[in-house]
Amino acid sequence: MSKAAEGAAPMVRARNVHKSFGSNEVLKGIDLDVMPGEVVVVLGPSGSGKSTFLRCINHLESIQRGFIEVDGEQVGYTLRGDRLTKLSDHAIAVQRRKIGMVFQQFNLYPHMTALENIVEAPVGVHKQPRREAQAYALELLARVGLSEKANAYPRQLSGGQQQRVAIARALAIRPKLMLFDEPTSALDPELVGEVLNVMRDLAGQGLTMIVVTHEIGFAREAADRVVFMDGGVVVEHGSPQKVLGNPQHPRTRLFLSRFIEKV
Amino acid sequence: MASTSAETGRAEATLRDVANAHQPPEWGRWLLWAFVLFVAAEFAWIVARNPNFGWPIVGQWFTEASILRGLGVTLGLTVVAMTLGTALGLVLAVARMSQDRLFSSLSGLFIWFFRGTPLLVQLIFWYNLSTLFPEIVLKLPFGPVLASWNTNDLITPMTAAIAGLSLNEAAYMAEIIRGGLLSVDKGQVEATDAFGMTRTRALRRVIIPQAMRSIVPPTGNQLISMIKATSLVSVIAMADLLYSVQNVYNRTFEVIPMLMVAVIWYLIITSILNVVQGFIERYYARGERGAGSADKAPIRVEEPA
Repeated sequence: MSKAAEGAAPMVRARNVHKSFGSNEVLKGIDLDVMPGEVVVVLGPSGSGKSTFLRCINHLESIQRGFIEVDGEQVGYTLRGDRLTKLSDHAIAVQRRKIGMVFQQFNLYPHMTALENIVEAPVGVHKQPRREAQAYALELLARVGLSEKANAYPRQLSGGQQQRVAIARALAIRPKLMLFDEPTSALDPELVGEVLNVMRDLAGQGLTMIVVTHEIGFAREAADRVVFMDGGVVVEHGSPQKVLGNPQHPRTRLFLSRFIEKV
Repeated sequence: MASTSAETGRAEATLRDVANAHQPPEWGRWLLWAFVLFVAAEFAWIVARNPNFGWPIVGQWFTEASILRGLGVTLGLTVVAMTLGTALGLVLAVARMSQDRLFSSLSGLFIWFFRGTPLLVQLIFWYNLSTLFPEIVLKLPFGPVLASWNTNDLITPMTAAIAGLSLNEAAYMAEIIRGGLLSVDKGQVEATDAFGMTRTRALRRVIIPQAMRSIVPPTGNQLISMIKATSLVSVIAMADLLYSVQNVYNRTFEVIPMLMVAVIWYLIITSILNVVQGFIERYYARGERGAGSADKAPIRVEEPA
């Protein structure tokens, strides 16, 4: 929590978050604070619930117990007097507008060019003037190193290029919080680096980021804090040096050792 | 020794290069082509020479005023019924896919009824609505009558035809559109959710444009059957193309030539529609691999003043 100012309100506050799909309990009481400007990397084996937790933060999945707060507002619910009430679909849509998200499968709009993909939300949802949004989109494309691909359709781009466009698309709404859901897991190994480079740049610029990934190297270099999840709970968290260098919990040690064997 | 083997190697590489391959002439295919063309020409000649088709009469009536008026009615009915049917079909499709039980079952009920009964019967029902409900009354529950109409004044052949055709079409279009919406990747819906798009905007900007690829071909099919289905309205005395030619041959007894007039007009319209459908399909295939010109004209962005 080095970057966070003392006493500042957390950007994300999760308390006792429970989530099940049918009888299968995926999250079993998650507590987590993320401070403004902090870069948190969530590690864990497949099925540990880390992606599900990320998707709960912008209410793509609803939770069954506990609460999540983003930027001081409870996600999906509001207090009317002393009664907690579900928000309407529209109010939830409004809440999501300050959160940028990057998906494992990119999910770019295939019938729009890179530039059209990026300006869609700023113009259509945030009602920015088109010209202004396009200028900022070109700036973002330059930042992810794809200036010359503004008019290309997603199918004409490599996986790494598509994911960089997807990152630019998420940044275009000037988000207060960025969520990355395994952004490099669908990429060929030689394309992972270009995406991680862009993310490392962002991490250095004071953006609040939560990154679910299998890239231990990225966690070591870019994270302010590493959260290790297993079996639907946070097993341990702390600075990368602490969690990756000197893991306290046997499950963390097991996970990391498997990883080192693989490399 | 080494140099000669290198040379033969190079010679072989040239000889074996598939870029230099040539295709042997396919005599069998040429022969088949010639045979088929010959048979087609022969058939056309027989039809053209047969006096029973009455080609001079066809020519004489082809652009006659009452026929053209009938053609106008057929086209107008098709456009109106197809437009209303598609619009209502979209609403039904979205309602059918809604999480809300009430909307999805109402939509299911509509589709079940209007697909499950013959169009001809539906048309006759609409036309004879006055026998079921002689008067249509708009009033507040337990309150005063706001307005009332005599059903016979309201239901003309025209309104009965439009109601019958478009409600029937809506049921079919609803299923076609639903299929198209289901074909769009779930991740796309998720992306629009994550960006805080409203449901309508997501449908309009992201989901429907992608669904169009699988909606357009069956819709073209529907449109062509609609053009022909409009001929059913002749049973409720609506003067469409078929009704107009029937009017003529009931007087002149030139049944075959007059039907040929209608057939040729129907074929002309469907041919034009086929071409239009091709253009529309190409438009919605943009962004697909190998779909026409790769890049759009670059967009120039001027700095805001």
